[in-house]
Amino acid sequence: MDLIVVKNLVKQFGDFTAVNGINFSVKQGESFGLLGPNGAGKSSTMRIIGATSQRTSGEVLILGKDPEQAGPQIRAHLGVVPQQDNLDEELTCAENLYIYGRYFGLPKITVKNKLDELLEFAQLLDKKNSKVKSLSGGMKRRLTIARALVSDPDILMLDEPTTGLDPQARHILWDRLFRLKEKGVTLLITTHHMDEAEQLCDRLMVMDKGEIMAEGSPTELIKKYSTKEVLEVRFGSDRNSQMVEQLQSFADRLEELPDRLLLYTESGEDLLAKIVAANIHPNTSLVRRSSLEDVFLRLTGRSLIE
Amino acid sequence: MLISAAVSIAERQANRMGAKHYAGRSHVILERSLVALKSSNWFPVVSGFLEPLLYLFSFGYGVGTLIGDIQVSNGQVVSYAMFIAPGLLATSAMNGAIYDSTWNVYFKLHEGKIYHGMLATSLGPLDVALGEILTALIRGFAYAVGFMAVATPMGLIPSWWGVLAIPAAVLIAFGFASIGMAITSYFKSYQQMGLINISLLPIFLFSGSFYPLSVFPDWAQIIIKTLPLWHAIELIRNLSLGIINFSLLGHIAYFLVMIVVGLFFTTRRLNALFMR
Repeated sequence: MDLIVVKNLVKQFGDFTAVNGINFSVKQGESFGLLGPNGAGKSSTMRIIGATSQRTSGEVLILGKDPEQAGPQIRAHLGVVPQQDNLDEELTCAENLYIYGRYFGLPKITVKNKLDELLEFAQLLDKKNSKVKSLSGGMKRRLTIARALVSDPDILMLDEPTTGLDPQARHILWDRLFRLKEKGVTLLITTHHMDEAEQLCDRLMVMDKGEIMAEGSPTELIKKYSTKEVLEVRFGSDRNSQMVEQLQSFADRLEELPDRLLLYTESGEDLLAKIVAANIHPNTSLVRRSSLEDVFLRLTGRSLIE
Repeated sequence: MLISAAVSIAERQANRMGAKHYAGRSHVILERSLVALKSSNWFPVVSGFLEPLLYLFSFGYGVGTLIGDIQVSNGQVVSYAMFIAPGLLATSAMNGAIYDSTWNVYFKLHEGKIYHGMLATSLGPLDVALGEILTALIRGFAYAVGFMAVATPMGLIPSWWGVLAIPAAVLIAFGFASIGMAITSYFKSYQQMGLINISLLPIFLFSGSFYPLSVFPDWAQIIIKTLPLWHAIELIRNLSLGIINFSLLGHIAYFLVMIVVGLFFTTRRLNALFMR
């Protein structure tokens, strides 16, 4: 069953087109990602689905309903984790969860009975009566996710869930989200971190400048738009571009970045051996598997994080 | 798929008129304010209550002994303290309402992003507007009750009609809170917010709390009579002195219009801000 159906969605702000005619759908229990750089139109799309923004044209159905016609009913199905934390800083952790449940109209006793479970999920049980102000960035994010779960949403929407967090906090958060995924919660995630998309998404859509560049599972996309491996070589910033011509013929494809050259191939080690045999000696070299970053580079000619 | 409680609650409201803007749950916004109040700083709350009492003591009894008695509109002669007490009660209802509906609202709107969170749930903008105004109104009510509790035993509220000064104070607080939140929702910077404080001071000083309007030339009286605090003071002063006539209805109507206009623009503005 498709929980979200989007057809020819367009969103304009004045004469700027943020979303330019995109189509996609999300199934129940699926973890769907919108991957793209800042300004790709991800957040605009999320806000339209979240029934807090009006589209310029196109069709959107969330659980069979139009968010513009049935905003409050649709929002009752959603758990929203916005890009910027908007926890209630005047309240404690427990009070934040409690009052959010009350916003949905849940009875006091129902919400109170849920608090410990949610706090435990967010690994914040020991912070139950602490003011939100005193929490770290990662804790705030986890509390925001717990808050979004208070209404037992059918769809959890996460806008850049780990942006700005340190690596350890990110891994804890991914672990929490993975548990939700296992429990069958439908996740809609935007991110500009390809590792996050690879970790969390069953299927994703690569967006750039308001349009969909590609869609599929992370492995499908890598298979389709990149090679199995990548050889990264550096010759120093002055020489990198001089080497492009010489190396072009060795690889299936070559991308030139300011600090390094990327050579796409099925076997990085073999390629490196061939280059060295041709008496070309890079300052450093690295063989790695292709990632979504490479997919994005191929599709747009730019890196995700600029 | 299992239907969650949140969804069935929202579905029950779905066919009501204006369901997109109002879920019928403004009381949860008030509940939030009460939860926040529990652990917040009580100093501003208490100072808002004390302020009119300080004015009452210093002007009513200090300046009052120099001034002597004052003749009011129906020819009645009252002590100066008795003259200014209703004016201070009206002002205190105004201040209580303005405190919550302007700076507090501004902070939640721009700094805390509290309304963003609220409006991502099944609440509508009118729930938020009404709930915040309700909070402000309760503060106005509490100040009015507190003031009456001090002023009545002092013999400053001579008429039994004075009991109605409390609901009148609630009406006044509602009007000021409603307009205060509407104006705040359009303001984008602290400088603009400062305008509210700057304009409240002359309104407080010239609306007839401390002396009858007849001291001013006609043109100035006409200007003052358009201001909300003048209507508030007249309403409460007439009630507490037992001067009952049709002009009271005019003052009440003034505040009813303020309430409706304020709610209309607040809801419209919140919609524009959060449903772009």
